[in-house]
Amino acid sequence: MTFSAELERRFAKLLDSYPSGRQRSAVVPMLLYAQDEIGCVTQELVEEVARRCGVTPLQVDEVIGYYSMLHRKPLGKYHVQICTNIACQAVGGEQLYEHASRTLKLGNKEVTSDGLISLEEVECMGACAWAPAIQVNYDFHHFVTPERFDNLMQALRDGTYQRKAS
Amino acid sequence: MRYNEPSPLETRIVSQRFDLPNPTSIDTYLANDGYVAVKKAFEMTPEQIIEELKTSALRGRGGAGFPAGMKWSFVPRNTGKASYIICNSDESEPATCKDRLLMENDPHQLFEGMLIAGWTIRANKGYIFVRGEYRYLIEILERAIAEAYDRGYLGKNILGSGWDFDLYTHTGAGAYECGEETALLESLEGKRGVPRLKPPFPAVAGAFQAPTILNNCETFSAVPWILRNGGQAFADLGTPKNGGTRLVCISGHVNRPGVYEMKMGYNILALINDVAGGMRNGKKLKAVIPGGSSSPVLRADECDIPYDFDSLAKAKSMAGSGGLVVLDEDTDMVAVALRTIKFYAHESCGWCIPCREGTTWLKKILTRFHEGGGRPEDIDLIAELADNMLGRTFCALGDAAAMPTTGFITKFRNEFEEYLKKSHVARVPQLALV
Repeated sequence: MTFSAELERRFAKLLDSYPSGRQRSAVVPMLLYAQDEIGCVTQELVEEVARRCGVTPLQVDEVIGYYSMLHRKPLGKYHVQICTNIACQAVGGEQLYEHASRTLKLGNKEVTSDGLISLEEVECMGACAWAPAIQVNYDFHHFVTPERFDNLMQALRDGTYQRKAS
Repeated sequence: MRYNEPSPLETRIVSQRFDLPNPTSIDTYLANDGYVAVKKAFEMTPEQIIEELKTSALRGRGGAGFPAGMKWSFVPRNTGKASYIICNSDESEPATCKDRLLMENDPHQLFEGMLIAGWTIRANKGYIFVRGEYRYLIEILERAIAEAYDRGYLGKNILGSGWDFDLYTHTGAGAYECGEETALLESLEGKRGVPRLKPPFPAVAGAFQAPTILNNCETFSAVPWILRNGGQAFADLGTPKNGGTRLVCISGHVNRPGVYEMKMGYNILALINDVAGGMRNGKKLKAVIPGGSSSPVLRADECDIPYDFDSLAKAKSMAGSGGLVVLDEDTDMVAVALRTIKFYAHESCGWCIPCREGTTWLKKILTRFHEGGGRPEDIDLIAELADNMLGRTFCALGDAAAMPTTGFITKFRNEFEEYLKKSHVARVPQLALV
């Protein structure tokens, strides 16, 4: 498989970061970084990662089900993750998820038919003091009300959504 | 960036540079005591560094509260073999959001803490294990690491010491269990994050089966200040055996939720009323989950205590990871208990049967109970089930699920009993069998 030059650089750096003979360590990061580029973990990717890390495809395969961020099916272009854990629950996280599910007409881990938006109810993402919190792909949004949520979804559809700078 | 206004009541040690312009830049760090501590460490023996840490009474900020100096002292030195420094930035205990700020606002402080640990055991490699959701932090950390290499604070022959240290980031991919130190090490090795049987502890056989110092991000971040100002100065900020400050994450029904750096031992009610602006909408306090979702809940009348590891242990709870969820009088405690156990059932790695089955059954029973299908015997059944999980698993996840469940049942049994009054099952008369 071929990846973008940037991802290839990252892979080279990754394989170099672990002690010699320990390149299996790169399996999980490689899967996640590659998934971000190609959309999901395909069988082809499993075999590619296995080859690059010097492990069997089975050793790659077995981690996929374990890590909740690795997906075998493509997510939407924008993956909307809503936390409903206790800190978010206390200030309306569950209602926000229900609102999202109703307005987007999506169940948990479902994707809109145009492939633009997917929805997931997630566990604590580390934004508890600024709850309710959601993530759009890797961008955090804090203190999200249903109104703010609707505006955000509109921006995704309009193409006016801008990735947050880090 | 900070997401809440700071409080004037804070004591800024690890967060001292948070509000500076360009906080992630090495120039900002160098202009504000940056990399002074590591130079000092180069003049010290490993024993002196460890002694300073022991004096500081710095305890693990990830949740367990284990004395850091003691942990470092367990690592065999001069074995001639490779050893490693691992930073646990997997921050996933529900209600905790502080390591994020440390990496976002002062990455070099973390690097310096890891460098000092590395020098102490003469390790040559370090990894920062960052939870997968914090991708933007990996970008920040990698830019900062590159800067540190450019200026000679990482890489070969650091500051002419003759010692080399390389630092890398490693992303997780979504698993609470990987915050447990041995599961983290399995994950770092490219496997499913299931815990290892201890002993051997990571100090002796950690990353790649080699001696390892593994600490939480906040723990490492406190080390440079301790070496600059002395262990005693750090210890003096807190309470006996609970040195320094801690980043306290206050969430829930308060007016000013946020992350605040407070002296260890700050009163919990004062945290709520003075630091976090009091209860929202003038409601009354009902309960506090004091140290992440695995800590047993405290009733309002139990909250007039200092916030440190030992005081919380005395109150039969935990200061844990520093995340307080403040709950008001309108909170449905059965719903909170259910949401808590749903999390642990989702995150149980399945390795140990009491945890895998226990969390699943607790979730089933609590779901049924919450939906109005509770039976009178369920309350004791939940308590008994939780009790049987305690201490019967490789890692603490089983306990982390059982302890808060027991807490909700014992402290708020009346609310569970209220649910029974609405239960359609409880009203079915018991018929005699002949």
